[in-house]
Amino acid sequence: MELQAVLMAAGGGSRMTDLTYNTPKAMLPVGNKPLMWYPLNLLEKVGFEEVIVITTKEVQKMMSTDLKIKDVKMKLDVVSIQEDGDMGTADALRHIQPKIKTDILVLSCDLITDAALHEVVDLFRAHNATMAMLMSKAHEFTETVPGQKGKKKTAEQRDFVGVDQSGKRLLFMANEADLEDGLSIRKSIMRKHPRMLIKTGLVDAHLYCLKKAVVDFLTENKSISSIRGELVPYLVRKQFSKTVNSQKLKDDIDDQTQEKNDGPANHELLISSRDEPLLQLAQERSCWNDHRGDMSEAYHGGKLRCYVHIMDQGLCCRVNTLAAYIEVNRLAPKLFEEPSVHPSADISERCQMGSDSIIGALCHIADKTSIKRSTIGNNTTVKEKVKVTNSIIMHGVTIEEGCNIQGSVICSNAVIGRGADLKYCLVGNGQHIEPEAERTNEIIVGTDQLMEI
Amino acid sequence: MADSGVIDGPGRKDEIERAKSEGKDLTKEEKQRLRKEKKQQKKSKEKKDDKASQENEKEKKPVTSAAPAAPASQPPTKPTMQKAPSAVPATAPVSVPASEASGPADKPAKTKAELKAERRARQEAERASKQSKKGETGQQATTSKPKAPPSDLQPVVKRLPEHIQVDNPDVLKKLAKKLERQQTPEHYAAKKIPLRLDYGYKVSLFSHLHQYSRKAPLTQQLSIPSTVIHPAIVRLGLQYSHGIVAGSNARSVALLHAFKQVIRDYTTPPNEELSRDLVNKLKPYISFLNQCRPLSASMGNAIKYIKKEISNIPSNCKEEEAKSKLLNDIESYINEKIILAGVAIAKCAIEKQKISDGDVILVYGCSSLVNHILCEAFEKSRKFRVIVVDSRPRLEGKEALRRLVQKGISCTYVLISAVSYILPEVSKVFLGAHALLANGYVMSRVGTSQIALVAKAFNVPVLVCCETYKFCDRVQTDSFVSNELDDPDDLIVTRKGTTPLEGWQNESSLGLLNLVYDVTPPDFVDLVITELGMIPCTSVPVVLRVKNVDQ
Repeated sequence: MELQAVLMAAGGGSRMTDLTYNTPKAMLPVGNKPLMWYPLNLLEKVGFEEVIVITTKEVQKMMSTDLKIKDVKMKLDVVSIQEDGDMGTADALRHIQPKIKTDILVLSCDLITDAALHEVVDLFRAHNATMAMLMSKAHEFTETVPGQKGKKKTAEQRDFVGVDQSGKRLLFMANEADLEDGLSIRKSIMRKHPRMLIKTGLVDAHLYCLKKAVVDFLTENKSISSIRGELVPYLVRKQFSKTVNSQKLKDDIDDQTQEKNDGPANHELLISSRDEPLLQLAQERSCWNDHRGDMSEAYHGGKLRCYVHIMDQGLCCRVNTLAAYIEVNRLAPKLFEEPSVHPSADISERCQMGSDSIIGALCHIADKTSIKRSTIGNNTTVKEKVKVTNSIIMHGVTIEEGCNIQGSVICSNAVIGRGADLKYCLVGNGQHIEPEAERTNEIIVGTDQLMEI
Repeated sequence: MADSGVIDGPGRKDEIERAKSEGKDLTKEEKQRLRKEKKQQKKSKEKKDDKASQENEKEKKPVTSAAPAAPASQPPTKPTMQKAPSAVPATAPVSVPASEASGPADKPAKTKAELKAERRARQEAERASKQSKKGETGQQATTSKPKAPPSDLQPVVKRLPEHIQVDNPDVLKKLAKKLERQQTPEHYAAKKIPLRLDYGYKVSLFSHLHQYSRKAPLTQQLSIPSTVIHPAIVRLGLQYSHGIVAGSNARSVALLHAFKQVIRDYTTPPNEELSRDLVNKLKPYISFLNQCRPLSASMGNAIKYIKKEISNIPSNCKEEEAKSKLLNDIESYINEKIILAGVAIAKCAIEKQKISDGDVILVYGCSSLVNHILCEAFEKSRKFRVIVVDSRPRLEGKEALRRLVQKGISCTYVLISAVSYILPEVSKVFLGAHALLANGYVMSRVGTSQIALVAKAFNVPVLVCCETYKFCDRVQTDSFVSNELDDPDDLIVTRKGTTPLEGWQNESSLGLLNLVYDVTPPDFVDLVITELGMIPCTSVPVVLRVKNVDQ
């Protein structure tokens, strides 16, 4: 077996608590499908047959009842972890280490993309890389986000990504938060790669191909708890560290067994493979080099290599903020050729429905309603003379007559009273909006949510 | 007999019956000729339609009006005539069918003399057609029929390998079917080895060869955790198509390394024998690698060796023993044929004073063996300097330059266009080889035959260094018949932000050709240094014969 897929679905959605305080992030509906269905679909299309899903018990329960997830033909090996435990993604990998037998492909449940995965995996295979990841050019979100006071501040922490001339080899990765005193680049990197392109407008898709040796390294190095925040920058830095490139490592491979017996003192990442001398011979005899102009061999003799594939076209979105959630609800349905109206929905003839709206199963849409550019979830009832524009209505919502909903997000099981006028609002789970209410740019959630500060 | 296609057959038959009745014995040649003609007739019937459609598609149309009209109504004796000369035989048989048409109708009324006259006319027409076919020169590339050559006293019908019949749609269909059949039975049809599609416009002289694009790897059509093909083989295929593993020796070593992984991970299914099943398992892998990049002669020989070793495993051998024996065999093959052979060749070249003090040695491109020899000679303190000749688009000479300079050898670097300028300084030329063919021709990187030619003109000795495992029993006299076409986009260069050739596909009269190999005739090569010693180019078949006897 070549690659094992691991889906991280235990995240709490800390940047959109208004949406996730009742529904876990992995099961948020996007285009009437649960969010984690999208990465599962991506894996299935590409040909995976088994996926290890790391999630919480609550999500596991919801998964077993969800129809769309039951539709997935792959074998899902669900591993549940404690919700309150402070488990980072790397901790989760450590937790499932006994199940890992080969190299892994780690995905996050909030990734929605139509990328060609073989580009990332080909880089991983062809260059015998330790890590290969996917990134995409970031797009500005154009929709108005409910509850945003004033213009959107670019307080988002930027990532500084340095790639080499070919655009494939990852040389430098740091978050703005870690660069207090400015960006410093080591001389060893500049000597080996004199031309480096530093990009800041990239979105990390949180899709990583990692060698099995990295997972073994994690089990010994318990201090690393997040893949994105700690492991990836560590690996990128380690490419150019002196100890990995030294000749000594070759001899170390022979006494590998002895080193293992040394116990936890060995924190080095040992990259070796069977028949290493043959691979060396093939590389020596090959007349290929990845760079020109200096006296060193291919890859500068380094064994640890990190690669990145940067997509410039196509959809790649991480749904971890409210703005992203709204944006993705617009774009995701375009990825699939599914009918916008579910066959079991009951829509009256006098309803004006735009072509880019989606109606879920078992809905009741009454007369004289107008639904434009919106997503309506399952089991929703929309009474007469309702105008829904640019909004996201989740499951089980009841909208009484004469309402006007614009640019809003209505969570599950909410009830909007008669004649209510909501503009750019977010209505939380199970909330009731009183009739004739007029709300603009507000987040309406329950009192128990407010207590969580 | 109104069917124009069967004119010759019955004609011949009549003649032979007559010969028999006259007491002459049918000679062996006549029997073979008879068989050949029967085959020709069958093929001519099939290929007539193909040819009509092919002719409409092909650009090179010297035939134009004569050919399409003629074959439709005339008996194409040699159906592949798509050029002007076909007009000649077309005219000759014109008279024949005219008489032929009348012939069958009045057959009962004809006398023996009239039949004789008809047959003689037919024979002359055939002779004329054979003459004109002999007159065709250099157009061999586009003929796709496995017909015997005009001098057909040896009418052995040789089948052309499919990798040089890319312009024949039947052959492509056969290839697709073969790939389907090769997947192992437990996988359903959706998981077969995909067919890699050709890319871009191919120059018509080479339209019978595959041309792939590096941006469309074969892995696009495979599932990502590759279950059909072993991951080590997928990795190898990717490395071949990206050019990360390039060079005859490197490719063979990498191939054997991947086979070692395959053998390690292999388990014999129940009720199967390892010796037969493992060979079957390797077949789809080899087709996959062939699609990523056509196999080299050295890889072919290595595969033959492994297949032989696998089939020679006794059936009572336990799986673990068999596997470890195979792994040891692979190790010893690499050790003997590649590593030790290299050492022996270097020793031979240095001790027999092929590299002496004060020499100026010219090398072309990056041959791992030649680099090894030069580095060894330098270590044995010979004083010489090296001129590295390089060519686009691969620019492999830069890598050779790096390796030699790293050792401390003083080098000069020129492009191949300057080779006649630099040759007066040169005392010897060392060339590496991709393969040595059975008629003494040397197949090597494109540009090698140029260098050998110019060196010959300047009377500079040319030495080719080649291990014996690269000898193959193919025969080739030109570089058109069998070659490799690399990605044409490699020829495109961007300087100062502009790419003049960017829209080359939109120009109808522009084709980009990126050849990889060429053949050098033995007249230009003075010596071949192998681990068996220094032999002239023409002794290659002797070596092959001796090797076969040994095995």
